[in-house]
Amino acid sequence: MSTTTTVNPLDGAKAVDRAPDKVRGAHRRWWLKPRFVISGAIVLLMIVMAAFPQLFTGFGPGPTENCDILKSNQPPSAEHLFGIDIQGCDYYTNVIYGARASILVGIVVSAIAFGIAALVGALAGYFGGWVDAVISRICDMAFGLPFILAAIVVLQLFGERNVWTVIFALALFSWPGGVRFMRSSVLEVRNREYVQAARLLGAGNGRILRKHIVPNAITPLLVLQTLGVGGMISAEAGLTFIGIGLTPPAVSWGLQLAAAREYIDAAPHLLMFPAIFLTITVLGFVLFGEAMRDEFDPKGK
Amino acid sequence: MLNTQLEQQPKDSVQGPLMEIRGVKMHYPVARAMPFGPRKTVKALDGVDLEIRQGETLGIIGESGCGKSTLARVLSGLEKPTEGQVLFEGQDINTLHGAERAQMRRNIQLIFQDPYASLNPRMTIEQILMEPFEIHPDAVPRSGRRAKIAELMALVGLNPDHLERYPHNFSGGQQQRIGIARGIALNPKVLICDEAVSALDVSVRAQVVNLLASLQQELGLSYVFIAHDLQIVRHISDTVAAMYLGRVIETGTYDQVYDRSAHPYTQALLSAAPELRQEPGKSRQLIMLQGDPPSPIDPPSGCRFHTRCPVARPSCATAEPGLDPVGEGHAARCFFPGPIGPTNN
Repeated sequence: MSTTTTVNPLDGAKAVDRAPDKVRGAHRRWWLKPRFVISGAIVLLMIVMAAFPQLFTGFGPGPTENCDILKSNQPPSAEHLFGIDIQGCDYYTNVIYGARASILVGIVVSAIAFGIAALVGALAGYFGGWVDAVISRICDMAFGLPFILAAIVVLQLFGERNVWTVIFALALFSWPGGVRFMRSSVLEVRNREYVQAARLLGAGNGRILRKHIVPNAITPLLVLQTLGVGGMISAEAGLTFIGIGLTPPAVSWGLQLAAAREYIDAAPHLLMFPAIFLTITVLGFVLFGEAMRDEFDPKGK
Repeated sequence: MLNTQLEQQPKDSVQGPLMEIRGVKMHYPVARAMPFGPRKTVKALDGVDLEIRQGETLGIIGESGCGKSTLARVLSGLEKPTEGQVLFEGQDINTLHGAERAQMRRNIQLIFQDPYASLNPRMTIEQILMEPFEIHPDAVPRSGRRAKIAELMALVGLNPDHLERYPHNFSGGQQQRIGIARGIALNPKVLICDEAVSALDVSVRAQVVNLLASLQQELGLSYVFIAHDLQIVRHISDTVAAMYLGRVIETGTYDQVYDRSAHPYTQALLSAAPELRQEPGKSRQLIMLQGDPPSPIDPPSGCRFHTRCPVARPSCATAEPGLDPVGEGHAARCFFPGPIGPTNN
């Protein structure tokens, strides 16, 4: 070949000037959008409340400290913002302490489902063949079980149920959707040209999965599981409300709702406050998940 | 610049070819139209023989769907042919496994059509170029890798200060240079360019083609250059193979295939390419082909081209021509090779 190369190292600079924003496809300062700010603030507040309830109430964690049985069932007042419950305890303190169970269940169950789905879904999508067939059939079977019913059956096996029992029961049946989701996004990525390029360089399956497939396929799953946190929180509250979830001495919004049910005429505020907190928390997580989805996975709408 | 022709002594081909494929068939099963209906296959490649010589460029031309890209995938070892052998230095690459196969793969690299899609968007350029050495730690000692990457960047004409950037920070031409840098990192012997410049702007295209040409001189690479841009293939190739419906229908040196094409299909293909500068007093005869290429699921009987061939005779529909020599190193798969119609020069 008798030609010469025109090498201009400076034309790197030109391209960079018109380069898009750092996060490809994301809008500028997406984190300043109202929906993201509001839902993010709710989520953050609830997480802080769950981790450090002492910050929000003057009373300590024990049920005895803030209770005075002589002052049973009083409506909200200046001294006791949310009133006083049947046992004579400050209801505001109880509701604050109730956040921990809900948030813990919601986040831990979603995190477990995320971990299982990421691993199993990646294997199914990447290897295909019989690996995929086995995993997909197991998913189909797990999918066929009604989620709440399956959780009830498992929870029945335990006499006293604490947060970890509930997490176990919910996590046991929460992953099939995520596995399918991850599988399909891996299927989309696995034949990309950069994956073929890595294979041509001699990369093994482990390396390809770790460096190329999972990092490029994980975002939709992350968004899905963030959206799922709200669902898990309401599942916990629902199971507890019908008496199959947490049992006393645990403290949770579901338990408070269940207890308040009997006094709905005499003390409606006992039902109202945990219900409001529960609704706002679930809404916060769902909106947060949707804000994330819109930014990172526009196709998922 | 593109019209500069290769003025060199014909390279002596005393030694055998570096890479060779023999009787390669690649058939993809198609979903049945009806349950229990006949199983059909797309015959993307249907008996292809080619040779790639050390330091030379083999150009592949043909219209869309003739099997060019499948050929690239089979040559690079991304896909195993249904039948036939892909030999590198006499060894069938598809009989190797594990570490041996990984070692073999170092020698044959592919440059992709879409430069952005061929780079992992979540890796920096440094990580992308470091990957070959992480996979083959013996290629360059750990301490020398950064220097090697800087050297690769300079070799393909990129600023080594941009290593921290991500692929989307670069233009298409620069992305393709990164792809080329990755491709040559492990000192391969064969580089397969599957439409490697088709997605680029015309001006950038020439730069990248020239880069490939200078790398060939510097590193002694062999290329398989697949493109639908006939001018570029002519510019860069030593030998050219024209394909139609999964078969090679003409091979020869670039001037044999381009200037003295024997197969009617090659002549039609070349006549359809627009020429920017036409020599004065030389009118161009456009050979129009009727219809679309037949489906590779049910290729025509006899000569595959007879359904569209301007010189076909009844016998072409029954017997299939072989790839027979029509000159020194020049072969065509046609019963009636030679120029079509009234020649006007």
